[in-house]
Amino acid sequence: MLLITCPWCGPRDETEYHYGGQAHVPYPQNPAELSDAEWAEYVFYRDNPKGPFAERWVHSTGCRRWFNVLRDTATYEVLASYRPDEPRPGGNR
Amino acid sequence: MTAEPLPEHPDFLWRNPEPRTSYDVVIVGAGGHGLATAYYLAKNHGITKVAVLEKGWLAGGNMARNTTIIRSNYLWDESAAIYEHALKLWEGLPAELDYDFLFSQRGVLNLAHTLQDVREGVRRVNANRLNGVDAEWLEPDEVAEVCPILNVSPRTRYPVLGGTFQPRAGIAKHDHVAWALARRADELGVDLIQGCEVTGFLKDGDRVVGVETSRGRILTGRVGLAAAGHSGVLARLAGFRLPVQSHPLQALVSELHEPVHPTVVMSNHVHVYVSQAHKGELVMGAGVDAYNGYGQRGSFHVIERQMAAAVELFPVFARAHVLRTWGGIVDVTPDASPIVGSTPVENLYVNCGWGTGGFKATPAAGWTFAHTIATGEPHPLNAPFALDRFTTGALIDEHGAAAVAH
Repeated sequence: MLLITCPWCGPRDETEYHYGGQAHVPYPQNPAELSDAEWAEYVFYRDNPKGPFAERWVHSTGCRRWFNVLRDTATYEVLASYRPDEPRPGGNR
Repeated sequence: MTAEPLPEHPDFLWRNPEPRTSYDVVIVGAGGHGLATAYYLAKNHGITKVAVLEKGWLAGGNMARNTTIIRSNYLWDESAAIYEHALKLWEGLPAELDYDFLFSQRGVLNLAHTLQDVREGVRRVNANRLNGVDAEWLEPDEVAEVCPILNVSPRTRYPVLGGTFQPRAGIAKHDHVAWALARRADELGVDLIQGCEVTGFLKDGDRVVGVETSRGRILTGRVGLAAAGHSGVLARLAGFRLPVQSHPLQALVSELHEPVHPTVVMSNHVHVYVSQAHKGELVMGAGVDAYNGYGQRGSFHVIERQMAAAVELFPVFARAHVLRTWGGIVDVTPDASPIVGSTPVENLYVNCGWGTGGFKATPAAGWTFAHTIATGEPHPLNAPFALDRFTTGALIDEHGAAAVAH
């Protein structure tokens, strides 16, 4: 069971949240100019690192707000959680 | 009734050779798919200068961590074709490999608990029959005949409204399957090399020419990746991306019991799947944990929900004790179908994305992947499962349709 800290509500059990996949995936700036391959990248391809990963979670049974978590996918250690308008701690997007 | 005894093993299974400096083909991953690929490369294509590299021990990843269910009741034509090919191969493999791996065609029931489940199930039965896959729709009283310990009372929270049944489906003893394939591949000249992690790829321009490993550099003409949950990690080492996400998938077994459970029961809606192993353990699985992970363990609440569902469906399980839980790492694609074929790197091929369903596909994955590696072209059965479907949009959307949630 992961213990995840909501930036607004504090630490809560994993069961209070839903997972939203990779964070910091921007919508294409010029959608009309994208090739099929670029659309495929945007729609279907996400990072899948073994190690630190910035990902989205929503506090479904709490404040119902989205936020970001930096978590190690090998150790499951939650390294940081932060609001969507904040940059990834330590850089690298 | 008593549980079946396990068959004796042959004394000799495979050599443990030192890696040579070069091979015609290097397969990364000595799980079921990697071993089956090596076996069919040698048997079907006469390519025997093959190394299968395994970072851990042979068949110690998902091959040792699954619920051993074999079935081919998939919705879409492409999926039915490849899984049914696998099932037909399963039916001949114990004799072909001369190894009793306890392939038991005890059938698989997929339960329906809502009107929509019923409609989906009936549709899938019809689709299966059109594809030559054995399938029946059973009403609740017929479900109870197939599996008498199942609670089909209308007074449960999610009553059983019926189910699909594939009589030819079943289970096999997973470790023995791996050892059977390993022994034959070894006899045909394939080097199975354990404790040998691939740490990088040697390339000449866009073409792969070898691999860097924890036991030195190995040159090769062709490389096949068959590393399941770690396929994304390997692809990144090789300089390309795969549309896969790695998730923990948990399962558990009970202590040993007398034979009580005559078939395999799966429920997508309350989400548990149960069979009884040959020795007597009740083997149970659920869905993947939602988050990405490589830790070979998952969350307790997933086990809790799966157990709650199991006890409601099988009141007789209420006093069974959990003996062991474990997790595998599965690579899930956006359309819940595998990727088998070429990659942006020339001569580097990938077999991945089987998600929660890799074990049942083992022989067909090996058969088609060996064909692709040997000829450089897709086999008709794996052609629809090419990586470029995510660009063309020709997805094979088995989410939900595959009779199990991912």
